[in-house]
Amino acid sequence: MAAATDNPPADITENLPDLPPSTLLPPLFNNTNPPPELLTQGAEALLYRTTYLVPSIPCALKHRPSKPYRHPILDARLTKQRILAEARVLAKCRREGVNVPAVYALDWEKGWLLMEWIEGGTVRSILDRWLHSTPVGVDASKRESELKDLMSRVGQTVGELHRAGVVHGDLTTSNLMLKPVSTADDTLASSHEEEGKQHQEQREQHLQGEVVVIDFGLAMQSVQDEDRAVDLYVLERAFGSTHPRAENLFQEVLRAYGESFKGAKVVLRRLEDVRMRGRKKSMIG
Amino acid sequence: MALIETFHLSHLPSSYAVHAALYRDVQNASFLRQQLLSGNTEFEYAFLDATSIISTMHALAAAFRATNDFMNNRLRSRNVHSETVFCLSPNNNIADSFRRFGVNDTTTNLLVIKICTGGEITTDGVRTHLSRAVDGAAVPFIDESLRSMTDLAKIKKIYKIGTSNNVGSAGKRNKSDISPTGSQMVLNGNQAELKERKELEVAILGLMALRGAT
Ligand SMILES: Nc1ncnc2c1ncn2[C@@H]1O[C@H](COP(=O)(O)OP(=O)(O)OP(=O)(O)O)[C@@H](O)[C@H]1O
Ligand SMILES: [Mg+2]
Repeated sequence: MAAATDNPPADITENLPDLPPSTLLPPLFNNTNPPPELLTQGAEALLYRTTYLVPSIPCALKHRPSKPYRHPILDARLTKQRILAEARVLAKCRREGVNVPAVYALDWEKGWLLMEWIEGGTVRSILDRWLHSTPVGVDASKRESELKDLMSRVGQTVGELHRAGVVHGDLTTSNLMLKPVSTADDTLASSHEEEGKQHQEQREQHLQGEVVVIDFGLAMQSVQDEDRAVDLYVLERAFGSTHPRAENLFQEVLRAYGESFKGAKVVLRRLEDVRMRGRKKSMIG
Repeated sequence: MALIETFHLSHLPSSYAVHAALYRDVQNASFLRQQLLSGNTEFEYAFLDATSIISTMHALAAAFRATNDFMNNRLRSRNVHSETVFCLSPNNNIADSFRRFGVNDTTTNLLVIKICTGGEITTDGVRTHLSRAVDGAAVPFIDESLRSMTDLAKIKKIYKIGTSNNVGSAGKRNKSDISPTGSQMVLNGNQAELKERKELEVAILGLMALRGAT
């Protein structure tokens, strides 16, 4: 649905195997009807859209297939450790009120995880579309403030993640999603005409919505300033390379981050060191 | 007359069925418990105390995990029905899980789950047997029914959630919802309560899914 328009980058599509995707599914999902829909295939994991328990509950299936070139015992251990680490961090974050997909079910022996389906798209794809669209009759300053508002929500959400004692490890604009507020609360809001109207307006502003962090495959539990600062540095570089037009607004991410939890200001100072090292490294290497 | 809801849960073989029936004002809980204890083969059910169940999804998630563990030959308890009770648990203590989630002598709100792994048992068959076996008032197996039965305080205690810095964060989320940067939604009391319940539910699903991980 919404995410189907969220085209994976070309390199990912090219990596699709010749075998029909269904042959790669964990056994439990071989007879699933309709079959899970393959969305992306990364280096380590395949991501499908399917349902949980009943057809009306959509969910994401993340599968870490076994690697034939690894020794089977080692392979089983690594698969188990990684899928478990991801599920643990997701569940912990959600319990602490961070916006992440809920964990529905998992089988660490078989290497799969079912989690809440997040409607909407990645911040990367939404920003791409938004920055390249030139709507008529919307003044530039309004668009600027909308973008600024999104950046501040990103900063706030990353702050909440760090406050929960988790660093992401791969904070890119593809691993942040923007979930339209209307989907979660439509039924509640539609009872009041005034709120319904408000929602209509929100839907038309494409950068509205809740920022949700996904892909905790490289996450770890840490409260170290250094780890947190590296998270921010990675995100800053990601914004710079995928959305140069939004780069100058990254300050807004940092501003909101700085106000999001007690230790955040210290992390921002540490970020300056990390940047410096990053620059030196790129000058030498 | 029992009100049976039959599910063919996503991903399970289509020949598998999960039947659910919910009752209030149950009068013969100790009899039902006795049938389980004595291993009466006519009573192959998970009899759950519905005050420990927060939603239909909560119960079905336990049935789903129990069935998946059954299919993979890794049941930790006697059969798929006792396993359903155990799968509600946040820890590996089977006896504890029976005490917390299973029918007890004072149960009046009862949730019955029956998992059929072959095609032989029909919804009608389950209905007929339960109508004879359970002395209570059948209510539909839907979230609204469970909402009036759930003992939230007990559930929060069992799963150790809802203390200061965690899931009470449904409260925190609401705050951000009315902040200028969040959504413009202002939740009224009832909506806030539903949202808190939803957060509690998904926190529980996570704990159930991770149970037994080492
Ligand atoms: N819970 C979800 N709901 C909706 N879409 C999702 C969800 N999780 C992931 N996606 C979509 O699938 C894509 C890939 O998911 P993800 O980033 O978790 O996998 P990955 O990058 O292949 O994983 P890894 O880096 O651990 O190997 C995301 O960019 C997003 O578009
Ligand atoms: Mg990713």
